[in-house]
Amino acid sequence: MKFGVVVFPGSNRDHDAWYAVSKILGQQAEIIWHDATSLGDVDALILPGGFSYGDYLRCGAIAKFSPVMPSIRKFAADGGLVLGICNGFQILVESGLLPGALVRNRGLKFVCKLVPLRVETTNSPFTSEASQGQRLLVPVAHGEGCYVADDRTLDRLEAEDRVTLRYIENPNGSLRDIAGILNEGRNVMGLMPHPEDAAEPLMGSSDGLVIFQSMVSALVAAR
Amino acid sequence: MTPQVISQQVIEAHQLTEPEYDKIVSLLGRDPTYTELGIFSVMWSEHCSYKSSRIHLKKLPTRSKLVLQGPGENAGIIDIGEGYAIAFKIESHNHPSFIEPFQGAATGVGGILRDIFTMGARPIAVMDAIRFGPLDIPRNRRILEGVVSGIAHYGNCFGVPTVGGECMFEDCYNGNPLVNAFALGVFRKDEVFYGKAQGVGNPVIYVGAKTGRDGIHGASMASAEFTEESKQKRPNVQVGDPFLEKLLLEACLEAMQTGAIVGIQDMGAAGLTCSTCEMGSRAGTGVEIDLQYVPQRETGMTPYEIMLSESQERMLLVADKGREAEVFAVFHKWGLDAVTVGRVTPDGILRVKDHGQVVAEIPNRALADEAPLYDRPHTKPARLAPLEAPPIPDRSAPGMLRADLIALLRSADLCSKRWIWEQYDYLVRSSTLAGPTADAAIVRVKETGTSIAMSLDGNGRYCALDPREGTKLMVAECCRNVSTSGALPVAATNNLNFGNPERPEIMAQLVESIEGMAEACEFFETPITGGNVSLYNETLGEAIFPTPVMGIVGLMKTAQPTPIHFPEAGLNLILLGGFGTCDETHFGGTQYAKVILNSLWGLPPGLDMAYEKRVHQAIREIVLGGLAAAAHDVSDGGLAIALCESSFGPAGIGAHVEIPLGMRPEFPLFHEGPSRILVATSQFENVLEVARKNSVKALPIGVTMKERLRIDCGSETLLDCDLTELRQPWETSLERLLRQQ
Repeated sequence: MKFGVVVFPGSNRDHDAWYAVSKILGQQAEIIWHDATSLGDVDALILPGGFSYGDYLRCGAIAKFSPVMPSIRKFAADGGLVLGICNGFQILVESGLLPGALVRNRGLKFVCKLVPLRVETTNSPFTSEASQGQRLLVPVAHGEGCYVADDRTLDRLEAEDRVTLRYIENPNGSLRDIAGILNEGRNVMGLMPHPEDAAEPLMGSSDGLVIFQSMVSALVAAR
Repeated sequence: MTPQVISQQVIEAHQLTEPEYDKIVSLLGRDPTYTELGIFSVMWSEHCSYKSSRIHLKKLPTRSKLVLQGPGENAGIIDIGEGYAIAFKIESHNHPSFIEPFQGAATGVGGILRDIFTMGARPIAVMDAIRFGPLDIPRNRRILEGVVSGIAHYGNCFGVPTVGGECMFEDCYNGNPLVNAFALGVFRKDEVFYGKAQGVGNPVIYVGAKTGRDGIHGASMASAEFTEESKQKRPNVQVGDPFLEKLLLEACLEAMQTGAIVGIQDMGAAGLTCSTCEMGSRAGTGVEIDLQYVPQRETGMTPYEIMLSESQERMLLVADKGREAEVFAVFHKWGLDAVTVGRVTPDGILRVKDHGQVVAEIPNRALADEAPLYDRPHTKPARLAPLEAPPIPDRSAPGMLRADLIALLRSADLCSKRWIWEQYDYLVRSSTLAGPTADAAIVRVKETGTSIAMSLDGNGRYCALDPREGTKLMVAECCRNVSTSGALPVAATNNLNFGNPERPEIMAQLVESIEGMAEACEFFETPITGGNVSLYNETLGEAIFPTPVMGIVGLMKTAQPTPIHFPEAGLNLILLGGFGTCDETHFGGTQYAKVILNSLWGLPPGLDMAYEKRVHQAIREIVLGGLAAAAHDVSDGGLAIALCESSFGPAGIGAHVEIPLGMRPEFPLFHEGPSRILVATSQFENVLEVARKNSVKALPIGVTMKERLRIDCGSETLLDCDLTELRQPWETSLERLLRQQ
């Protein structure tokens, strides 16, 4: 399978994502520059962590206007798998591909730590290889990762089984402990934790790998 | 800002002495212009010229089989095998961090990162050694919070993991905090770039941020004592933009791949001045630039201001003539300014023009190599504390040990620094094998099978008692940290933070410290490949403790690291190196003396370097042989604190240990004698065998056990308590100290 890792000026976990899918999972992975107008023949997209365009104004707010965005929207609309991690999640939310918003952590400070997550649903191409309720130890590293949305949106996300991951120990004040969500089509997921930094034992945890493995399984099944 | 007449006053304002000014006149054969005077003043400042320390720095060992580049370049370089090399260096940003903590610390990180990637290396780790005055003074809390968020802001956005460091407190840093930032990068060893302006006729290209009025005279500010007026120097502090630096990093590394770049140097202290004359001086060429082409952020800047600006995130490079377009294309892809501002000339002269008119014309050598060199008078280091021990009260009554241990765990120096390091992204690049809680941080080089272990250490208290021995202890400790992780220490970088070198007793501290460092680095085979000297760390005539800080780098095969935390109950505990010896005189520099007795006296702990080195060898064999379930260096706070730190892991495993009879219990529990490492093992005999083979002691002192820490002495139980009683104060103390009103 071929993953595309979208790189914006200021992305800094692009290499981590690339490493996890290519070196650890043995898939093809290519870098897609922010001014690309075509995504080529990739099977899935990853929007990596970092500080796209310096995260000036608001995290992800400038990235949504980048030249590559129309292609990403189209790719998502056509059912392509899009995974937004950290800044990637912020960009997906800013672009309206996912509901809600990510605001300053409740503690007002950047927080980097390993946190336990719970898999809330396996009914998604990003979590199908995990088991329901499975505990995953995955790091967070962000200053603006507090997920917020109005009650109606949150109720709807839950009713439609679109909350994929919740924090067991909430590091940022996210409402209802939400760590990761799906779009309506279930082909776009955003999450604040970094599965690419918990992808082999040397990283201190390999629990995050299941996210990428699920994506590969989904792509294989779709062929 | 532009008085054209160079009066006595103007010379003094530039911190040049009369003989220095006379030397300028004789080098030029005429009076300097105002711009030239400014250029000389920064290049000849202590910060840039090392004029007080240079003759002593020559005593340091700088070579080994692995050293590819020693001092004198932007960073030192070490061969790590498989065709790869690492570049690393430490640098201080003390003065700016006092004046404006957030930007001061942020630009300190930015500056050291540029030193690394200007050589072509991609930064893969940052560490910081930071020191402040006591936290009961509100200003110190503000400085700490500002410095930490500045470091976090810059490193996190840039995308380099901040993997470790240290944070200590002492009265002497009140009004003169120390912020020493270390960075390390990796590259192919055949792709190293140097700051040389080679090839007459080649274009000199300016890239990165526009030049503004920020940071003018930063280098000379860092070369003077603090007075009341210093607070008005806020405009001298630069403002950093980590996003721009990230773009600069990617653009520079990509541009280097074109093969069109001949030489490159960052614009750090003394900005355009330093980069132009150093690049020319290294290559034996001249550089001619015209300031009209320099991208400017503000209008109406004078040549003086442009030359002395320390605006951040700028680079100067020399490209192959005719291949400029390739270089420009890369920088434009990353949205950065890149313009030709001049060319390399054959005459060895730095010639600065403004719209064609010459405003400065100085032989490069005069600036870079003819800087004054002082052998400043030095007496014996002043004793900063009495030699004699005060009466040490008997604190062996039941319950007192527990109270004292908690007081130590709660102290600013020893408490958990989680509040600090959780603000740092220590995981980005997914290469951090051991992070901020480890004795040494370990970062793997993904392209090879090698990992780099690194540790930063300093101990102002030991050095205050004896700069020479204190410095040797620091080198030993740093090497011990690296060895405890299983790595072989191979090289070092140093940051020498001292007071005013014009005072003979301060100069004596510097000389003693450098000589101690030379001896220890020679002995432990860790040559110094670069570093930084920060003098004039005084506020209102009060000098800091002599505070050298060491960064030591070690190499190891990439493997799962050995934790410092006890993983399970029932393991044997061995004190590798033994209990060590202690008497009242050598107890005066300990954390116990500081926190419990509120005192400093005597001498630092005694060090036997040969024994220390054997302990390093033994622990490496133990760790690499997979014999240790956990290993932790015994240092600040002594054995009791090491036991606590190893007990505060995720598994909640404590220990039951016995200390020897015959000494007062404070000594074995809290003395800080070197050459000791706590090892938890299920392979007791094998560990003893390795120790025997290396002729070092290995004392069984107890076992690990669930949830408790118990310390016996003979038939008496000195301490028996639940880990949470100890852990809670340790974990929450720093936040509490910062929240006090």
